[in-house]
Amino acid sequence: MSEKEKNISRRDFLKTSGIATGTLIGGGLIGGIIGYGMPKTTKVPDKKTEKTNHNLTSPKGRMFFTKDRDFNILSQATERIFPKDDIGPGAIELGVPYFIDNQLAGNYGSNAREYMQGPFFVGAPTQGYQSSQTRADAYTQGVSMLEKEAQSRYKKSFVDLDGEQMDAILTSFEKGEVKMNGLPSDFFFRMLRAATLQGAYADPIYSGNNNMDGWRMKNFPGNQMSYLNVIDSKEFQKIDPQSLANMEH
Amino acid sequence: MARTMEKVDVVTVGVGWTGGIVAAECTKAGLKVVGLERGQERGTTDFLHIHDEYRYAIRYELMQNVAKETVTFQNTRKMKALPMRQMGSFLLGEGLGGAGTHWNGWTYRFLPYDFEIKTLTEKKYGKNKVPKDYLLQDWGLTYDDLEPYYDKFEKTAGISGENKNPYGGKRSSEYPTPPMVKTPILERFEKATQKMGMKPYMLPAATISTTYTNPDGSKINGCQYCGYCERFGCEYGAKASPEVTVVPTALKTGNYDLRFNANVVEILKQGNKVTGVKYIDTLSLEEIIQPADAVVLTSYVLNNAKLLMVSKIGEQYDPDTGRGTLGKNYCYQLNAGSTGFFDEQMNVFMGAGALGMTLDDWNGDNFDHSDVNFIHGSGIWITQSGNRPIAKNPVTPDVPSWGPEFKKASIYNFTRTLYVGGQGATMPYKENYMSLDDTYKDAYGLPLLRLTYNFTEQDRNLFKFSNDKTEEIMKEMGAKTVVPENVIEEYDIVPYQTTHNTGGTIMGVDRDKSVVNTYLQHWDADNLFVVGAGNFNHNSGYNPTGTVGALAYRCADGIIKYSKSGGSLV
Repeated sequence: MSEKEKNISRRDFLKTSGIATGTLIGGGLIGGIIGYGMPKTTKVPDKKTEKTNHNLTSPKGRMFFTKDRDFNILSQATERIFPKDDIGPGAIELGVPYFIDNQLAGNYGSNAREYMQGPFFVGAPTQGYQSSQTRADAYTQGVSMLEKEAQSRYKKSFVDLDGEQMDAILTSFEKGEVKMNGLPSDFFFRMLRAATLQGAYADPIYSGNNNMDGWRMKNFPGNQMSYLNVIDSKEFQKIDPQSLANMEH
Repeated sequence: MARTMEKVDVVTVGVGWTGGIVAAECTKAGLKVVGLERGQERGTTDFLHIHDEYRYAIRYELMQNVAKETVTFQNTRKMKALPMRQMGSFLLGEGLGGAGTHWNGWTYRFLPYDFEIKTLTEKKYGKNKVPKDYLLQDWGLTYDDLEPYYDKFEKTAGISGENKNPYGGKRSSEYPTPPMVKTPILERFEKATQKMGMKPYMLPAATISTTYTNPDGSKINGCQYCGYCERFGCEYGAKASPEVTVVPTALKTGNYDLRFNANVVEILKQGNKVTGVKYIDTLSLEEIIQPADAVVLTSYVLNNAKLLMVSKIGEQYDPDTGRGTLGKNYCYQLNAGSTGFFDEQMNVFMGAGALGMTLDDWNGDNFDHSDVNFIHGSGIWITQSGNRPIAKNPVTPDVPSWGPEFKKASIYNFTRTLYVGGQGATMPYKENYMSLDDTYKDAYGLPLLRLTYNFTEQDRNLFKFSNDKTEEIMKEMGAKTVVPENVIEEYDIVPYQTTHNTGGTIMGVDRDKSVVNTYLQHWDADNLFVVGAGNFNHNSGYNPTGTVGALAYRCADGIIKYSKSGGSLV
């Protein structure tokens, strides 16, 4: 979208939303709009309301996996699920392994918002996940089982296998053929596949989708304020993606 | 020892659409209302960073924390019911606005047929059309009885639509705002279905087309088509939700006391009256009693039923004897549909939750059922609601689900697929019901609600019929490949299907066949009201919120009448 279109969009937006007439409750949205995806032509600096600059460049890092070997196994497995090709980067270049590692250190890894009280029984497939293990437990075991399978089948580490060998092991997990402790291997695989796609396409604030390249491949524009002026367009709209990080100020 | 608060006129349990509507109407009428909400306060200014698919759509940030409370589930009574440990099939709301904060905004009225389904079905097809294990019954009021309340809800919410559905009941007025933009994707559906002889119309939308001030003076902004509605709150205040309409209406009267982190654990009853509720402050864990002249259950379907069960009010339904009404007629919906794969790229990432077209040619009794082995039908729809990249990875069945081929195809197809769905009605069935679980407990020591539910023969037949319709439409729309949904077998609580759970606190004119009367007043305590989709005797081929809103307005009328005259309203 050109700058001109953005300005039209903004005028339309202000008009439609009632912000121009100051009727929106709370006023928080006005603060949210300034500095986000549009020229800051009307902003008057005011020391009292000037926001702190939070746009620091922070490195990625590990918060969950302690062994390099385990992190590398996870990385190779995600890359097989979402590989680099002529369209664009794969899971590793997108930062997916860091995304998963960081998620495992938080609510996702500890199933903090899920019902984890006993007693635990093996249920029917229609009753869903019934293990007492958290995702952190499942990934720890799953990654070590990938390595164990590699050693028993090929006498090599998982990370030293060729692609086809890795795929053969992952396929066994997917089919539920690998015996894991208290957890079906297909459940671990489905979780790994889902998390890989989440890391590829979540907003880059979660340490994956590096440079919004996951979105670029899909022609997904990310966080856009409004499509009001193009919603009836017959032409496909190619729009530069925006991250939520652009709203920090 | 519980602390006892000062008595008020009305206390509502939960503050979503129903709690908000009851509060707005009762406070305007001068009643003092306390709204107890177990979640937190939230509103438009909390949603500035809402365009976050991972946080809100995948990790369910705005939904109920099921670590504290969930349900147990079994397909049949012969199984062992086990807890739904992760949210899946339906998404429970929590916090101010409830699911009304993160809904898509499809706002239909049910058909006149729905309210008199037993009478009309038997009249047209005879008494043997529906086997006796399907517990079909009329609702005790007609579409015309409810019409003024539908009208009121639509005006409160500023619903955008067009009065072009030849099958709909009579309307007393036009939609308050014009329909949303008819995009090229919707035009494609319109053209195809009109050519096939069907009658498409713009989906009635609470993601409204233009800025609107409702009769209570609340303002709803015009939709920006940003593509983040279902599972998200609206950062523009452009989606009709309790927190931008009825809640501020109630607050400005000065008669409304809204309390958060207040989890009700018991309805207190003495003789044939309720005296108030007991709740737990979820931060301090203090027990508090709120006495009230009238208690209104306005939480979700499941929790309304559970509160009655744990408070031992009403008789639990027993599928062996057929006795009891509490927990009876639990229904759900069927999601037929077809994905179409196209060559050209389309703006599928733009849109709004209720930006769509729909048709009722295969819904209700709008077509002859003499030669089909089911009753009722499905609303057929297309929407352009904003496809997002984590959830949407469409591939044809010949493509593996991971690896290089998957990556290539899912990226290529992301902007090149459309979906036509069929939202199928379900009929009440003897074996599908709610009760209390005997093993699992919530965070406050109460039993979890237990769902016993499976798809029926009627469901499987209707599903197949609707699935075929969507496939035919998608072919006519010009897709190069059409992939219909897999046929349904057992109900599976894992994949998301729909948050249109209904029944369990059904309404009617006969106290032996219903939990509440047609003012949603409990048969066993005339100062207890229970309102929501739990009142539905069966589930229709539409989204429930329009009907839920109408019932809430009728319930509010009943409460105000009761506050003046007392006694039974029927």
